[in-house]
Amino acid sequence: MSVITYRQALHDTLRAELARDDNVFLMGEEIGLFEGSYKITAGLLDEFGPRRVRDTPIAEEGFTGAAIGAAMLGLRPVVEIMTINFSLLALDQIVNHAAKIHGMFGGQLAVPMVIRTPGGGGQQLGASHSQNIELYYSFVPGLKVVAPSTPADAKALLLAAIRDDDPVLFLENLALYNTKGEVPADCAPATIGKAHISREGEDLTLIGYSRMAHVARQVAEELADSEGLDIEVVDLRSLRPLDRDTVIASVRKTGAAVVLEDDWLTYGIGAEIAASISDGAFDHLDAPVRRVAMAEVPLPYAKSLETAALPSHDDVVTAVHETLAAVGRRR
Amino acid sequence: MTTTNGSNEAIPTLQLLDPQGNRVTTRGTKGYRDRAAALTAEDLRGMYRDMVLTRRFDDEATSLQRQGELALFAPSRGQEAAQVGSAYALRPQDYVFPSYREHGVLHVRGLDPVDRLRFFRGSDHGGWNPTEHNTSVYTIVIGAHTLHATGYAMGVQRDGTPHDKNDGTAVITYFGDGATSQGDVNEAMVYAAVNDAPVVFFLQNNQWAISEPTTRQTKTPLYKRGEAFGLPSLRVDGNDVLAVYAATQEALERARLGQGPSFIEAFTYRMGAHTTSDDPTRYRTSEQEEQWRRRDPIDRLAALLRSEGALDDDFEAEIKAEGDELGAQLRDGVRALDGGSAVSSMFDDVYATPHGTLATDRAWYEAYDAGDPPASQYAIADSAQGGAR
Repeated sequence: MSVITYRQALHDTLRAELARDDNVFLMGEEIGLFEGSYKITAGLLDEFGPRRVRDTPIAEEGFTGAAIGAAMLGLRPVVEIMTINFSLLALDQIVNHAAKIHGMFGGQLAVPMVIRTPGGGGQQLGASHSQNIELYYSFVPGLKVVAPSTPADAKALLLAAIRDDDPVLFLENLALYNTKGEVPADCAPATIGKAHISREGEDLTLIGYSRMAHVARQVAEELADSEGLDIEVVDLRSLRPLDRDTVIASVRKTGAAVVLEDDWLTYGIGAEIAASISDGAFDHLDAPVRRVAMAEVPLPYAKSLETAALPSHDDVVTAVHETLAAVGRRR
Repeated sequence: MTTTNGSNEAIPTLQLLDPQGNRVTTRGTKGYRDRAAALTAEDLRGMYRDMVLTRRFDDEATSLQRQGELALFAPSRGQEAAQVGSAYALRPQDYVFPSYREHGVLHVRGLDPVDRLRFFRGSDHGGWNPTEHNTSVYTIVIGAHTLHATGYAMGVQRDGTPHDKNDGTAVITYFGDGATSQGDVNEAMVYAAVNDAPVVFFLQNNQWAISEPTTRQTKTPLYKRGEAFGLPSLRVDGNDVLAVYAATQEALERARLGQGPSFIEAFTYRMGAHTTSDDPTRYRTSEQEEQWRRRDPIDRLAALLRSEGALDDDFEAEIKAEGDELGAQLRDGVRALDGGSAVSSMFDDVYATPHGTLATDRAWYEAYDAGDPPASQYAIADSAQGGAR
């Protein structure tokens, strides 16, 4: 067991998988000589050479499509799209091809590829470079979308994604790269599609993924210390397949839920979670399901406005207090 | 041969057989003439038979669509030389990424004719096993598969295929003039070029993207697009099966020898509709259609064979009988195809590896099918969770 950053966990996993399986190779812009915009691939070109670590032209649709073709041959490409914002240029290849080839070819060819890409605002990168559009991919049958929030999950889910026979969009987050956590040396691949109860509790369920799962854990610990609240945290980890069972079981136990997301509220992932809770735990709810999401604006560039638009730790605390107050009026 | 692009500018075009079926001897084409000369009379008779049968397949499938047996069909009439000629240059180990009109290529690759219509019937996604004939299934999204071909070729390259003009492996991808405007096709050429991928970009310029003429896609001859990306590029008379064969063979050998990608523009004409759902008389003139009827690729090869004593009435009758047999096989085979499967079968191939959400969805649809739908697709059985409080 060692304490390492989320970035290091990703790097170490890519390195181990490259060493384990010759069919695994990396493609992306600036990932070789430049070692990746966020340095996840540092040193890998030197160690594995250009056959395994390929710098690509600035053409997301191009290299994503080429990766699909390589995967159809049985290789296991791990594509880095510099940020999820640029994946829009590859939308047709991801949605119409990677996701559908197995189904449309009658199950005869699989597309075992991974698209690694970070989302997230808060870095003052402006509206077009700060989005959380994992919803677009989570919406599509044929794709899998995973979104780890801890270094240990980053490793376990990346292992699982690379070894999975379906196309997996692996969502990273700019704000998480430097966060630290314990990662077991003998970390096994996660089961894609299983959420994780990262803190058990009785009073209320906080549900999040990626950065907001991290925020959920912080808030839960703080409120336990300061107010004696006993909050359960469900880290979704996988957005498709979605582990509704774990969410519903938790809310059936606590009777209250606040869903956290970094994307826009309307039609967001929180809406899907809230609808699932309504389906599976309606009679157990003691308060309406609350959602905490970002303001419905293109993310501002000005730091003060950017901070105001993004969901914050304090927004979560407020939503917890209001929800528990509503519970108190009913119990 | 030269043709013009509408501005009276002559465009160099390889031609080995003129529209009257005479072999053409032009300076600078000896290498191609030698390749064509290596085809025996029996090879040429085979090409002719395959072109005629491809057209018969077209006619039968169009009739089946008119009878409501196929949802849609995209005919290849007029493009038989481009398709059969290029496919004859392929070797079994080569891999084909077609678009959706390459019925002549599929025929030469040996795909079962009924399987080739499963997709248009809507009875099966894809319709054939791509690995069985090294031929991918049809891709409807315009130009997208050129990237798949490029990636596949990079995989071939990475696997270390021998650099040998016979035993190496090449990949070929077919697309049309409309597709050349797509970003995917341009990105595929960038990518193939800088990686020396063993892939041949085979453009069938049939001059019409549904109702849009080539003048809506380009100001320059399209083979120059390939040149601009650094690909050896050649324009051939797409209705001349000999020129198509020789040019494709050269390009495939270049790929098999590890010398990188090539671009071929086969200049041809879509004699029929784009698909069974449009009417070409609404967007082009009968004069143009008539002009191209006089350049029919099948008539051209027939004239050559007759002048060289390789085609007689007996052989024509033999092909006719084979065509009748093909027609009967298609009519019976297509009508016998399963038109619909159990509703829950739509979940079968959504993922290569099954998972919980999919299983939940499937179970709900199966229960619905059986007339016993649960209240909600996503509700967990109350008994499992202790019931409502």
